[in-house]
Parts: sequence; C-alpha cells; structure tokens
Amino acid sequence: MEKDIIIDLKDISVSFDGEPVLNNINLYIRDNEFITLLGPSGCGKTTTLRIIGGFLKPDTGRVIFEGKDITDLPPNKRQLNTVFQNYALFPHLTIAENIAFGLKIKKKSKEYIKDKIKYALKLVNLEGFENRMPQSLSGGQQQRIAIARAIVNEPKVLLLDEPLGALDLKMRQSMQYELIRLKNELGITFVYITHDQEEALTMSDTIVVMNKGNIQQIGTPEDIYNEPKNAFVADFIGESNIIDGIMLEDKLVEILGAKFPCVDTGFGRNKPVDVVIRPEDVDLVEPEKGTIKGVVTSLLFKGVHYEMDVLANGYEWLVHSTDMVPVGREVGIFVDPYNIQIMHKPISEDEEASSDEE
Amino acid sequence: MVKKLFSFIQKFYVAIIFLILYSPVIVLMVLSFNDSKSRVIWGGFTLKWYSRMFNSSIIVETFIVTVTLALLSAAIAVVLGTAACVGIEAMRRRNKQIVLGATNIPLLNADIVTGISLMLFFSRFLNAGFPTLLIAHITFELPYVILSIMPRMRQINTNAYNAALDLGATPLYAFFKIILPEIFPGIITGFIMALTMSLDDFTISYFTKGPGVSTLPTMIYSELRKGVKPEMYALSTLMFLAVLILLVIVNLKGSPMLSKPFANAKNGGKKHAQTMRYRR
Repeated sequence: MEKDIIIDLKDISVSFDGEPVLNNINLYIRDNEFITLLGPSGCGKTTTLRIIGGFLKPDTGRVIFEGKDITDLPPNKRQLNTVFQNYALFPHLTIAENIAFGLKIKKKSKEYIKDKIKYALKLVNLEGFENRMPQSLSGGQQQRIAIARAIVNEPKVLLLDEPLGALDLKMRQSMQYELIRLKNELGITFVYITHDQEEALTMSDTIVVMNKGNIQQIGTPEDIYNEPKNAFVADFIGESNIIDGIMLEDKLVEILGAKFPCVDTGFGRNKPVDVVIRPEDVDLVEPEKGTIKGVVTSLLFKGVHYEMDVLANGYEWLVHSTDMVPVGREVGIFVDPYNIQIMHKPISEDEEASSDEE
Repeated sequence: MVKKLFSFIQKFYVAIIFLILYSPVIVLMVLSFNDSKSRVIWGGFTLKWYSRMFNSSIIVETFIVTVTLALLSAAIAVVLGTAACVGIEAMRRRNKQIVLGATNIPLLNADIVTGISLMLFFSRFLNAGFPTLLIAHITFELPYVILSIMPRMRQINTNAYNAALDLGATPLYAFFKIILPEIFPGIITGFIMALTMSLDDFTISYFTKGPGVSTLPTMIYSELRKGVKPEMYALSTLMFLAVLILLVIVNLKGSPMLSKPFANAKNGGKKHAQTMRYRR
C-alpha cells in the first residue's frame, strides 16, 4: 500500500429500501489532495461523503483511515470535519461560540480557544465578527464561518458537501479561489462534493466522476476533460458532440459517412464506437477544405465565444468559436486528429450519457 | 361616508361577537363581588366570598391538589413529549405521518370517551386516586405538547445536529446544546398549554379521580349540586383569570401555530387546535 494514502474506501455498497445507492465503490484519497466527487444529483456522491464522515454505515465494505479501520467509528470519534450544505451553523450561538464548539468539547484552554477563533476568522477574512449572530451574516459569510468552525479542530481531512451550492455565481467564483488558497495554507486533504463541473475543473487535483452509484472515471481535471472514458463523462463534463462512429482501423474512424483520421489505436477493425468531439475543437473552414460540408443553422453570442449549430450529413454539430459565421453560410468541418476522442460503446446502461443533464 | 359606515359595522359586529362570547363570564365575575346571595339583586361590592373561599379548607386543599397535578403532569408530559418529538423526527416520512396521526387521536376523541376508557383501564390495574389522575392528565396533555414542539423540531436544520456530532459532540451533548435550545420555545408553549388543559379539565378528571381526591372543576361541580355558593363564583373567576393569564403569556410569546385560535375561543380551544392541524 502506498504510504501517502489517507482514506481508503474498499468495496463500499449501500442501498436504501432495496434501492442500490452505491455499487461496490473503491476509492483512495491521498494526503494533501484536493479531490472532488462530481456527478448529477442522486449519483451517490453525498452518500459517499456521509460514509467517510461516519453519518452512514455502509452495508458492505470498509473505510480505512490512515491504515486503521474506522467503519464502525461514530462521527464524533473521527479525525475529520465536515462543511455541510446550507452551512448548518448553530443559530442560537454567536459566531465565536459556533467556532469554539468543537474546541470546548476537546476541553481546550480559554486562551487557546480565543487565539484559535481569531486565527480562523482571519483565515476566512471575517475578522471582528466574533459577537455577531449567524442570521445577520450573508450566505457567503455564513459559509466561511462554517469552514472556520471545521478547520479550528485541525482535521486531517476536510469534507465539503456542495458548500457553494447556495451562493450566487460571482460569490461562488470568488469562494472557489478562497478555497484553493485555504487548502494551500492549511496543507490538509479536501474532499469536495459538487454537481458543478466547472467548479470541479477549477479546484481539484483529482476528480471522481460518479453516476448511479458507480464511479465512471478518476483522473486529473485535464484527463477527465480531454480523455473522457465514456459518453456519460464526456457529456457531463462540458458540452460535447457525441456521435456514433465506426472504427475502420487503427487511427481512422468513420463518422457520418466520412473518414476522419484520429490517434486512437487498439479498437479493432470495423467496430462501432462513440466519438467525442468538444465544440471548441471543431474548426469551421472553407467548404472544400473540410472533411465534410455543412450549413450554419443557428448562431448565439456567448460572451467569450460564439455558439453555432452546423448541420452536416444529418448531424447537428455544436461549435464554439471566436470567429462568427452567419446563419445559412456553407462551411467545411475539420477536426484535428488529436482532438477526436474514441470510446467504446457503453456496456451497461449505467454508463450511458444521461439525456436530462445539461 | 360609506366607507366610514362600513368600518363601523365591522367593528360593531366584532364587538357583539365578543360581548356574547364573554358576557356569561363577566356576569360570573360581577356576581363574585356581589354582597347579596341572590343571583339577580346587586347588594353592593364585597370581597367576602373571596375571603371565605380562602378560609375554606376544602377549597384550599383542592386548590393545592389541582395546582400540583397541573404542574407535575405538565412537567412529565413535556419530558415525554420532547422525547416523542425526537423519535418522530428521526422516523422515515411514512412512519412519521402514521405516528403523528396516532398521537393526535386523543385530540379528536371526545373527552368522555377518553375518560371512561381510562377509568375502565385503571379499574383493572390501579386504585383510582391521585396517581390515576396524574396518568390521565399526562395522557390528554401529551398531544398538545407534541403539537407545539413538532413545528420547532421541523425547523431545525438536521445538519446542525450532524455538525455537532462532526465537531466531536456525543449525541446527548448535541441534543442538549443544539436541539434543546432550538425547541425550547415550543417546550414552554407546550408546558403552558398542558397547564391550562389540566387546570380546566372536568370530564376526564371526573372519571379517573377516585373517591378521595378532587380537582377544582370536579369540586365546583359537586358543590353546585348541593346548592349555589357564591364562593364558587369567586373560585371560578380566579380560575378563569389564571387560565387567561397563561394564554396571554403563550400569545405574547407568539407561537403562531397554536396559541392564536386557542386564545380566541377558550371554550372551543380543543377544537381549534384540531383545525389548526389541517390548516398546516
């Protein structure tokens, strides 16, 4: 076993009322890592976090923390702290009392607690808030207090359950940077839960994509984005063109009746596959220079780029480009071989791209 | 002009309602200060019925029994009710509804049915007396206590309790530090409601008290059978005021779920508490 593994989930399965929620999850978390569990609601990510936190016992499987089995340990005996969804501050206690809650239980001295409160408030940029009540704080401020309350206990792992879910977009973005800064200053492991793929890509060292109680892919943000393992991951992480194709031979795939060179090998000959092409990887060129020809059917200005639909050989291609092409113009479609991602057809329905997710 | 008239009619209507609702009580209060024994002749102002009342050993004894019973039963009902709420809140949704419905049955049940069934039950196991009275009172108070704590319980963010555990608290410590302060207003409301229910209950007490013991309502009833004594007017007046004060306290605390309709119609209080359940 690797030495820097801090949490190891082994064969975890859970079902509620006979309905499986987690199917045989195996996952290890390294020390000092920012790991994100990403997936649509109901994918089992919160359940996984509750198992790590000790609020739920798995039906089968073990939770190993620093080499010790903690599966049966109640949450109050575990060396990790959680930042809950919707903050979960104690409404009848002041900010200082909220932060001191865990320290008082550990019977720390008054001076120690006072110093810690000051340090924690400084860390989350809310100095001087000691005597305020939670209700008088904005959502973002309450979230910071929830983080401060957790980290004064010096946990080895901080669990964060969609902590930014209730904040507005601007606030969410600034809190993302704040969290990365905190993580680096504290030097502890963050296990982060979100359904927001952008959040996951921005902050994580490692992303675990989950769907329907199964882990779909584990990897760095770049891996997950550029080399999605299946159609679900490709669809969930950003927008994608997912097209049925046939792998004619190594490094050559047929899509929509045209032959596209690619870089993937080892799929065999004439095998049906899913082909993923990111909208920003589709180049619109002169009609005769493209691999296939199409017509622009819609055009939207999105700020950073234009979003266009191009109808070509019966498929509506989603294209992101900084260059504007008017509706009705005939264009050629060209894709760099390196940007074509070939995937096996899904074996089980669990791996299928869910159509209801944007 | 029309507006003014309309607003006058509105006020007049409300005034009539209150007059009809409370005039019997006002008559009773006035008579308790009447120097004549007659129910129709005003013989001048006096406090002699009050002093006689306080000098009567039966009345004072019964008063002590009633107040002890009310405080003790309300205290026990509040403890049991709080425990019940914790348990109900932890249940799955369907079980929760079933149990909440079951706890509300005593509210809908006619007092006389509750009274007789308790009497039959006790006669099999216990001798009627103060203990049976106490158990009976706790029984009918419990639903009111649960009804006033439950909304508070529901407002608590379940994660707040989990957060306390997460920060190292034992379940018991988390309950006393996090849950209890949040539901405390509901507990107080429940306690005061239980007190008022206990103080003015007649039917159930009558069937479960046994021969040696009396509460103020049952004593007034048996005294009135012997003949009208103005001391009873005085006693009733004090009881009315006591309950009124308790209800005002509940209302000022502003528990919107129960106190309002309850205070508006004292006599129909139980029924109102029931309708509130459906309005929720």
